[in-house]
Amino acid sequence: MAWYVVRRLALAVPVLFGVSLLVFLWVRALPGGPAQGLLGERADPAAVEAVERQYGLDRPVYEQYGRYVGSLVRLEFGQSITSHQPVLSEIARRFPATAELAAAAMLFAVAAGVPLGVLAAKRRQTWVDQASLVGSLIGISIPIFFLALLLKYVFAVRLGWLPSIGRLDALLSLPHPTNLYTVDALLAGDWEAFADVLRHLLLPAIALGTIPLAIIARITRAAVLDVISEDYVRTARAKGIARRLVDRRHILRNALLPVSTVVGLQTGLLLSGAVLTETVFAWGGIGTWIYDAIRFRDYPVLQGGILFLAVLFLLVNLLVDLSYALIDPRVRYR
Amino acid sequence: MGTMSRTARAFAGLGVGVLLLAACGGEGDEVGGDATGAPEPSATEAATATDAAPDTGGADVGETAAEGGTLVFGASADPKTLDPPLASDGESLRVSEQLYEGLITLEPGGTEPVGKLATSWEASGDGLEWTFELQEGVTFHDGEPFNAEAVCFNFDRWYNFTGPLQLPAASYYWQVIFGGFAETDPDSGAPEESLYAGCEAVDDATVTLSLTRPSSAFIAGLALPTFSFSSPAALTEYEADAVSLDGEGNPVYEGSYAYEHPTGTGPFRFVEWTRNDRLVIERNPDYWGEPAILDQVIFRPIADNAARLQALQSGEIDGYDLVDPQDVPTIEEDPDLVILDRPAFNIGFLGINQAFPPMEDLAVRQALIHGINRQAVIDNLYTGRGELAKELMPPSVFGYADDVPTYDFDPERAQQILTDAGYDLPVEIEFWYPTDVTRPYLPDPQRTFESFTSDLEQSGFSVTPRSAPWTPDYLDATLGGQAQLYFMGQTGDFGDPDTFLGTFFREEREMFNWSNEEVFGLLQEGLLEDDQDARIELYQQANRLLMEELPAIPFAHSRPALAFRTNVEGFVPSPVTLEDFSTVTVTR
Repeated sequence: MAWYVVRRLALAVPVLFGVSLLVFLWVRALPGGPAQGLLGERADPAAVEAVERQYGLDRPVYEQYGRYVGSLVRLEFGQSITSHQPVLSEIARRFPATAELAAAAMLFAVAAGVPLGVLAAKRRQTWVDQASLVGSLIGISIPIFFLALLLKYVFAVRLGWLPSIGRLDALLSLPHPTNLYTVDALLAGDWEAFADVLRHLLLPAIALGTIPLAIIARITRAAVLDVISEDYVRTARAKGIARRLVDRRHILRNALLPVSTVVGLQTGLLLSGAVLTETVFAWGGIGTWIYDAIRFRDYPVLQGGILFLAVLFLLVNLLVDLSYALIDPRVRYR
Repeated sequence: MGTMSRTARAFAGLGVGVLLLAACGGEGDEVGGDATGAPEPSATEAATATDAAPDTGGADVGETAAEGGTLVFGASADPKTLDPPLASDGESLRVSEQLYEGLITLEPGGTEPVGKLATSWEASGDGLEWTFELQEGVTFHDGEPFNAEAVCFNFDRWYNFTGPLQLPAASYYWQVIFGGFAETDPDSGAPEESLYAGCEAVDDATVTLSLTRPSSAFIAGLALPTFSFSSPAALTEYEADAVSLDGEGNPVYEGSYAYEHPTGTGPFRFVEWTRNDRLVIERNPDYWGEPAILDQVIFRPIADNAARLQALQSGEIDGYDLVDPQDVPTIEEDPDLVILDRPAFNIGFLGINQAFPPMEDLAVRQALIHGINRQAVIDNLYTGRGELAKELMPPSVFGYADDVPTYDFDPERAQQILTDAGYDLPVEIEFWYPTDVTRPYLPDPQRTFESFTSDLEQSGFSVTPRSAPWTPDYLDATLGGQAQLYFMGQTGDFGDPDTFLGTFFREEREMFNWSNEEVFGLLQEGLLEDDQDARIELYQQANRLLMEELPAIPFAHSRPALAFRTNVEGFVPSPVTLEDFSTVTVTR
């Protein structure tokens, strides 16, 4: 197992270099550059040249990449060109926001998706099943930003029940030792803030969690249907074991194996959905940070931020693979 | 990305000129109000400024500031910096304007310079030395006194910027107004020569700025928040100028002044800034002038336009800038919301290059301007935000003339003019438009082009369409003198007519190939004249001549929109985008 982890981590190194190269080339392929981002309309050729010289962007691309890799190896990620904040400390400050949102979204997706899938399976070929299929298709195909706008329009603008932007009411102040606002509020013992943080989490979590919800519901349904016709289920039932017990011990437990795989994979994908969701909800995480960096062509932020997401993605996948061994005793890594 | 930076040309606090006058007859707390409560227990000298009678917090402002409360404003992004000379983006300037003050500001809602921390100013006979009398009894938020030495400390700081601080991306407005530095790095992209020669503190309340050549436009420039003053003690303590280079040779800003300790003299002072969440400022209880009415203002960054609108509708924010034109009807229909118009500060025009015959013939240019229906374009393509441009600069700038020649849409007259001048119809012209861009003064280039083209074809012209991507091809072709007739325009940099007329018409340019010694002379004189009334006269005269000579055909100004909830009052939009929040009230 340990050997397996080491091997996987070693394999991650070339992957990350590949990612760094792609990101490096991609940001340079965007029209305009940091000079245009900083100067906007005022970007006359002399000013652009000066900025490019200062940031070494006038050098050959291979030389720039060499210097970039050099600083990566030294674990230097540079400073944002626009805000002058160090990339690493910004990641540390913003990642908790993204993590909190992703966790809430996944919680929502699992809590709603699994029961929905089980229900659909057990009421196979009924209107419940059909409705869940249609619902899932809509859930998967609706663009996140559209769903977000819709949710906000109904629950924030029309009904006024929930806030539409941010993580905490502007008038509430809260110390941020962890930047996980739920945790911060609990640490401060501030229940009003805690409730407000939850209210702020609700809509973005639903918007971000809808796609995984739909997928989880479908996979759960398929897995349950698979298991339900297995011999051991029939045997268990034949033995006269209570229906609820069969459902839980024999069906759900085995059906959840593929579901847990999907949850893991979807967690990685949530990170990409976060860019859109965070932007629409003005949520101060990694997503808005990357969005702004694209607007201003902030190369160090784009390079650092996307590389960070890649690392995260690899780690999540590794954890998912490892978790199989825990859930399914038949899986062993060597 | 363009929208933000475009609006960045901003400046100028509104209402402060009026407040300054009001303060003179004020309630006695404007003089000698040395703060007892420095905002933070920092600083070397905060403890010494205690000779004034200790006051009881904000009680002394109770009468005028009856309402208090908090305004939450939706910003499009976090400010890039709160160190004014290094700011040129709209969000940085917006916040800086509340925290800081300079010598000069602009009249509310307009562009005429009036005093702020300067009570009066005059030029020496040769226009090289400008002496400013300073407002007395002013202190910085850290309790340090504001005086002539503080003014010179700031000017000398700016003039002595080195390294990355000389990049146009850093000290943009210094370079626009004053040019170069004490030692200009040839690689910095900054102009070599500087207009600035020195600063002398004559006495505590009198300061003299010396210039290397006479200039009047710099007075309007001084109204930019860029040229507002920071506490010298705070600048030093929090290392505002500390910039090093990292392993890749990129600049690394190390000081904390701009992000955690901005210290000015303005009606609001800094409280806290949680990036991408909120930036909080509060009323400065020791303000020398009319104090702010609000207790605090909170700026929330919301990058997405639709999200800003929804946050306003749900009441999470009280107002925002940069309203999308298509959202205006929605806001106007909502009884809880109101649209405020920002006076136009841009100009869209058709450039004419006289190197291409027959454009050198005034009759042809007259036929062109009679041959296009400008009002129709404004009505149909500007979503209610446009106004017909009568001359080549916006009406909000001083020097605008009301009595320039005007030209109606009249295709028959256009044909007549061409025939009378001996042309066989149709006259063939090449007309250029940019393909992949919208400008504030040109929201829909292609449809504007189509509309003008169909007008011109009725008016005796035959149009060959030419198009190119805005940058670099379109700009290269038009500015480089390769295009006969083309769309061009400009958003003003600061409130001086020279930023509009001087940019294009003070000397012969390849894009027009037009030469007129009288106009060139008027605009050159306008740059040097130090009497405000005489300057107005010079620019008005230039505008009249330009509309007779028609080197270009103005067609549109556009008015940006701000949106507020109806319980917000006292906000005066400024053409140059920066507004003073101290006059604003919110009723809840």
